[in-house]
Amino acid sequence: MKKVYCKPESMTDIEHKYCPGCGHGLVHRLVAEVIDELGVRERTIGIAPVGCAVFAYDYWNFDVTEAPHGRPPAVATGIKRVLPDRIVFTYQGDGDLAAIGMAETVHAANRGENITVIFINNAIYGMTTGQMAPTTLLGMKTTTTPFGRDKNLAGYPIKVCELLATLAGTAYLERCAVNNVKNIINTKKAIKKAFEMQKENKGYSLIEVLSQCPPNWGLSLKESLKFVQEDMTKQFPLGVIKDIYA
Amino acid sequence: MKPKESMPKIVIYEQKCKGCELCVITCPKKNLRLGQKINKKGYHYIEIVDLEKCNSCGLCYQVCPDVAIEIWKDK
Ligand SMILES: Cc1ncc(C[n+]2csc(CCOP(=O)(O)OP(=O)(O)O)c2C)c(N)n1
Ligand code: SF4
Ligand code: SF4
Ligand code: SF4
Repeated sequence: MKKVYCKPESMTDIEHKYCPGCGHGLVHRLVAEVIDELGVRERTIGIAPVGCAVFAYDYWNFDVTEAPHGRPPAVATGIKRVLPDRIVFTYQGDGDLAAIGMAETVHAANRGENITVIFINNAIYGMTTGQMAPTTLLGMKTTTTPFGRDKNLAGYPIKVCELLATLAGTAYLERCAVNNVKNIINTKKAIKKAFEMQKENKGYSLIEVLSQCPPNWGLSLKESLKFVQEDMTKQFPLGVIKDIYA
Repeated sequence: MKPKESMPKIVIYEQKCKGCELCVITCPKKNLRLGQKINKKGYHYIEIVDLEKCNSCGLCYQVCPDVAIEIWKDK
């Protein structure tokens, strides 16, 4: 008898505080599996966000620091420039990355920093109980858009990958999801490719992951998986958005 | 924990499980279900229906956000 699937070494034994079925737990595990497979656990540094993933440093078994709301790309820039042999990545939600941290996001990408960004797009502010995010879909009800997001009042959902694709500094941008086995496996492949590129000094990469947040969407988990599949992917199509080496 | 020889396959860490049922809806053999018992976190946790039917495919592990499942296989 041999263990074929088990907790990666890059995860601790601490139990996540996430809601049942939350995509954060899945992406944490995928990142950990990739770091194990690449054998870089001892030289990886993660930067956790503000948001539901604020305790990521408890769950990962490698060095993780924590940056105030939206600033992980700036902190990652500093760490990577001082310690260029480390694998440096940020892990950020859509409120963190695309609202308060949009300036840091865009400028780190535009400078072409050799870092990896793992971007959890759940179309909402999770931790603070469901306010509109820049990625909230039109018509979607949140606590700050109780009648649904109205483009005349709140503008349109931001497509982060497509936006960053216009910048000459970005090398690899892919959008994935974790709503079923096939998409989970693809997400892992994309994360692995991003970390491999960083190892080879190939520049800035961002993996956007469409991620279910059932409690704040007011949906059951099954309905949430369907919402990702049918509604979110219409606004945010899956696939490689940019790969300068392809 | 190591499953008994001849009883391979799957170990469920019941204290980690949150009863989300992602594994239940994913198992191609419909071989997992939510149990009656409740863990320390207050969640019903999953149990295996028939150990013999499990083929160690690992799909339940793949979809588990809480790493509450471990899969073993004959060499
Ligand atoms: C400077 C600052 N502004 C606002 C907040 C409040 N705040 C905490 S989490 C959060 C939203 C997080 O949403 P998101 O980044 O989408 O992550 P999620 O919780 O959905 O994973 C906000 C606004 C804060 N902690 N610090
Ligand atoms: S509120 Fe949403 S993002 Fe936060 S832990 Fe719960 S499901 Fe996950
Ligand atoms: S390993 Fe496969 S067959 Fe066995 S319980 Fe998990 S999903 Fe079902
Ligand atoms: S996927 Fe994991 S947490 Fe969810 S019910 Fe199955 S074992 Fe429990």
